[in-house]
Amino acid sequence: MQGLRGLAWLLALQSAGELLARALQLPFPGPVVGMVLLLIALRWPLVREPVAQCADFLLAHLSLLFIPVGVGVMTHLALLSQYGGRMLLVLVLSTWIGLAVTALVLYHLSPADAADDVEGARDV
Amino acid sequence: MSDFVALWVYLSATPLFGLTATLVTYVLAHAFYLRVGQAAWANPVLWSVLVIAAVLLATGVPYPTYFSGAQFIHFLLGPAVVAQGWPLWQRRTQVRQRWGRLLLASLLGGVAASGSALALGWAVGLPADVVLSLAPKSVTAPVAMGIAEKIGGIPALSAVFAVLTGLVGALSGKVLFGLLRLPYSANGWAARGFALGTASHGIGAARALQVNADAGAYAGLALGLQVVLASLLMPLFFR
Repeated sequence: MQGLRGLAWLLALQSAGELLARALQLPFPGPVVGMVLLLIALRWPLVREPVAQCADFLLAHLSLLFIPVGVGVMTHLALLSQYGGRMLLVLVLSTWIGLAVTALVLYHLSPADAADDVEGARDV
Repeated sequence: MSDFVALWVYLSATPLFGLTATLVTYVLAHAFYLRVGQAAWANPVLWSVLVIAAVLLATGVPYPTYFSGAQFIHFLLGPAVVAQGWPLWQRRTQVRQRWGRLLLASLLGGVAASGSALALGWAVGLPADVVLSLAPKSVTAPVAMGIAEKIGGIPALSAVFAVLTGLVGALSGKVLFGLLRLPYSANGWAARGFALGTASHGIGAARALQVNADAGAYAGLALGLQVVLASLLMPLFFR
């Protein structure tokens, strides 16, 4: 029941976000406004406890939610057969550049910490 | 045999098919992923997408028919974006202390990913609307579609690019971070997670979460920040 109540909160905040984004003509998508509203609402236990359960469940299975869109790749087969190799090259290189810039900026701006290798941890 | 064909024709045309196919394939792909010790190449999204797309192409079921069922899963992306507020809120004190460098890393990483995609896409001679569809690819798929629509890209293509970008990060992050010599310290995990969330959104974050809880939290934070920054700045930049 808590999980269901959490989903109700998430949907209510998403709807509020959609309404706000439209009414104020914000450049953000509705769910993003909903996320900001959730950050404000989480200070109340009435929201926090049910949302915690539902959010943990949703986020644990986040990758499942991308499958329907991913399968949509089959509708672009013509484009893929013509430009597939080049698109893949661009995607791979630009993702590596993005990953490297983000990781290096954050790592080198952080104050030094003990380089304690965690036993049994695996690389991401 | 003809009974089977009739049954298949009936089943494949109902929303039940798309929903069931997505869930069952993912559950099997995830079980396999766990069985091989969560190896990056066994990514459950990658294999589910390949298997489902292959089955649809082989049986001639059109994508819209599949999506009429799968949309119930797709729909949950909205509440999932809202739910990103929860891991963020749990780490609000750390975030407040590191606000400046997190914002800077998110901004520079996002600009580097988008900018290099635009430049490379243009350099290899992709059509203009395809190049524009590349710009929001580091942002989670539903938001990427919204941004693509605003800047003159193809929303459906942006969504596919976003999923592929997520997979590239989840599959190759380990090798790349090894080459960059990031240590397995608190700062190292934070940088790995934050980079995956910034450049590879939810799919990168899912991978980070499976490997290290702190990396996962930073990935969630990064993808939230990236969503806000990209949806604010990209429409302005391409106006």
